[in-house]
Amino acid sequence: MSTQTLDNHSAALDAAESAASHLITIVLRVRRFNPEVAAEAQWVDYQIPIDPKERVLDALHKVKWEIDGSLTFRRSCAHGVCGSDAMRINGRNRLACKTLIKDINPEKPITIEPIKGLTVLKDLVVDMDPFFQAYRDVMPFLITKGNEPTRERLQSAADRERFDDTTKCILCAACTSSCPVFWNDGQYFGPAAIVNAHRFIFDSRDEGGEQRLEILNDKDGVWRCRTTFNCTDACPRGIEVTKAIQEVKRALITRRI
Amino acid sequence: MQIHKYDTVIVGAGGAGMRAAIEATKRSRTAVLTKLYPTRSHTGAAQGGMAAALANVEEDNWEWHTFDTIKGGDYLVDQDAAEILAKEAIDAVLDLEKMGLPFNRTPEGRIDQRRFGGHTRNHGEAAVRRACYAADRTGHMILQTLYQNCVKEGVEFFNEFYVLDQLLVEVDGVKRSAGVVAYELATGELHVFQAKAVIYASGGTGKFFKVTSNAHTLTGDGQAAVYRRGLPLEDMEFFQFHPTGIWRMGILLTEGARGEGGILRNKDGERFMEKYAPVMKDLASRDVVSRAIYTEIREGRGCGPDGDHVYLDLTHLPPEQLDAKLPDITEFARTYLGIEPYTDPIPIQPTAHYAMGGIPTNVQGEVLSDNITVVPGLYAAGEVACVSVHGANRLGTNSLLDINVFGRRAGIAAAEYAHSHDFVELPEDPAALVTDLVARLRESDGTERVADIRSELQETMDANVMVFRTEQTIKTAVEKIGELRERYRNVAIQDKGKRFNTDLLEAVELGNLLDLAEVMAVSALARKESRGGHYREDYPNRDDVNFMRHTMAYRETDSTGVESIRLDYKPVVQTRYQPMERKY
Repeated sequence: MSTQTLDNHSAALDAAESAASHLITIVLRVRRFNPEVAAEAQWVDYQIPIDPKERVLDALHKVKWEIDGSLTFRRSCAHGVCGSDAMRINGRNRLACKTLIKDINPEKPITIEPIKGLTVLKDLVVDMDPFFQAYRDVMPFLITKGNEPTRERLQSAADRERFDDTTKCILCAACTSSCPVFWNDGQYFGPAAIVNAHRFIFDSRDEGGEQRLEILNDKDGVWRCRTTFNCTDACPRGIEVTKAIQEVKRALITRRI
Repeated sequence: MQIHKYDTVIVGAGGAGMRAAIEATKRSRTAVLTKLYPTRSHTGAAQGGMAAALANVEEDNWEWHTFDTIKGGDYLVDQDAAEILAKEAIDAVLDLEKMGLPFNRTPEGRIDQRRFGGHTRNHGEAAVRRACYAADRTGHMILQTLYQNCVKEGVEFFNEFYVLDQLLVEVDGVKRSAGVVAYELATGELHVFQAKAVIYASGGTGKFFKVTSNAHTLTGDGQAAVYRRGLPLEDMEFFQFHPTGIWRMGILLTEGARGEGGILRNKDGERFMEKYAPVMKDLASRDVVSRAIYTEIREGRGCGPDGDHVYLDLTHLPPEQLDAKLPDITEFARTYLGIEPYTDPIPIQPTAHYAMGGIPTNVQGEVLSDNITVVPGLYAAGEVACVSVHGANRLGTNSLLDINVFGRRAGIAAAEYAHSHDFVELPEDPAALVTDLVARLRESDGTERVADIRSELQETMDANVMVFRTEQTIKTAVEKIGELRERYRNVAIQDKGKRFNTDLLEAVELGNLLDLAEVMAVSALARKESRGGHYREDYPNRDDVNFMRHTMAYRETDSTGVESIRLDYKPVVQTRYQPMERKY
């Protein structure tokens, strides 16, 4: 039997394994809005006991399931891969399911608001249609010419690596809705659409780069970006969004992909 | 109420639904109804890979893959279907690559492949590299690629539409599909979709367990809609518990981690899988590994203060390999456990993962109303369906394959059916059942809460019908579910509004979970043997004489309105493989 000693537990592992959950009391301060009830949005405080190792999404569920069933938000996977639950948590765009209570100063009220720049429909639910329209507008699919090969197209590991970062996008809108340019003008494609254009422009198999670059050269395209880096800070997948936008700008100048 | 007319309606926009949509849209006027925005679907959470005997990195062929699938499913697999799955796997992967999927590459620029549980060379000699992958984000890449191609093909989506009823109309003595009834989340309005063909691709039902890798939204809505209309559900007792979920949270850590060399260890640091599966070790099939983990825990070799988990050890793998091949799961360990997988082992436990059973179909995706009869115009594919290619236990990477092979088949078959058939006339007042359901929940002044009933359901399922089962534990679950179903009649919601009423829909979803949990437990009680994911401590052996057959569960209502479940059985399709003892 291959046995390896695991005696040298790190403090982090010991903490992760400590079964006893100690509950603390937090205040969730949620921006609520339901036009069926009132025309104006308002802040509502909820006091709940919670284990600080739990997620903000768990806290929202506690409110919905134990206090007020009308609190409305989108969620699905609960571990940061589906992109449903982007929201402003303490003034910063994050996924509620990837943010642990202990990491956001639970001593003070935790503010929860819908992401900005998209129409609020109810509580934390915003209209995602303009966001997905901008995505569709950049032709986010592989464009090729000529006959299809019988086997796979070849691509070197280095060419595959070239666009790896932007394949990680989950379309949560945390980046686009953190962008001051987008807040001021919803016509701007926004970072997420440009990220998804980048994913194809820098894919060695793709032959639609010219068309896509032309779309992004538009007055509502990449040139609106003011490199404030909000998008990069907001991305829950760690995509270097601003860098991707800069690469698209450079490709437009040199027209060399 | 609005009425829409489409040739083909697809329910669900995960991998199977979108793969079907790409085919159906080219051939017929198609609508996709989905309760989530398509890119939110749980296909995106799949990690490790998609099986296909491409033989890009070592010798392999589809016959070996067929055998592994049948053996993995403990001989409950329909062998004709498994052969189709393995044969069509190769084109399914190549199609995705041509659609743009960014697979990892070999040094020659081909699609790279890695080892996965239960996939072997030459009928069990050793692990084979068959899983095509994109880091540990293969499902994400499949979901994105299929959505991108739906955008390209102009697929018409109805986002945040919940399908709550299947319309069946009897014409000339044959039950036919007439369409579906959907609830629009944004407005609370009901929509009837009259369609020549309907495809269910609405995913699994794992949310009746507490520790699960499944999304909150996986509540068996498709299974429940057809079951309530008298159609059977097949093999519902077979549920897969994935060996490596994050302890207590259930978040999936891919088997690819063991494919890359990760090792399971108990509190003594022992590589315990050597005892249970001498050849495949940590890469034995999932049911085998999950039972081994719980055996270690039960015998006092579990880790942590309560000895209730084991470790997934990646610390001997180079950090560069973890960064390149397993970036997401290592990040999950950092985010949710606060540990560093370069240096710390990861606390894990089995997590409820995948329903092998579901809506019975043939290999064209046509839904069956009994052991042989097809329901004209009704199709199903993916986790919601039971073809059955997974039998009693699915192999890792065969589900991403299943959704592509059978999603495509169902999309083509449904659109072709729509071409050669007319609409079935809608029944009078087609939305009646959903109207009543919604009104009853909205107007209820009952005293029960959705969250209380749901958490009690999850507790009883985890305690009684998980990896180890006995007659006594299953009976306890059946009794508890019966009690919860009674209490559910008295459930009330707080949100009485029309707009984005997720409070109402959680109540509807709970009703689905309760119905399906009961089917699962009753099916499990009747199966007095152990096979694949269904392990009965009171009947620890496989019994091919009495139980090499599929369970078919039907809902029945007697003249006084009392509901019951009737069980029937369907023979397994066996072609070239004789059942053998299953060892890894």
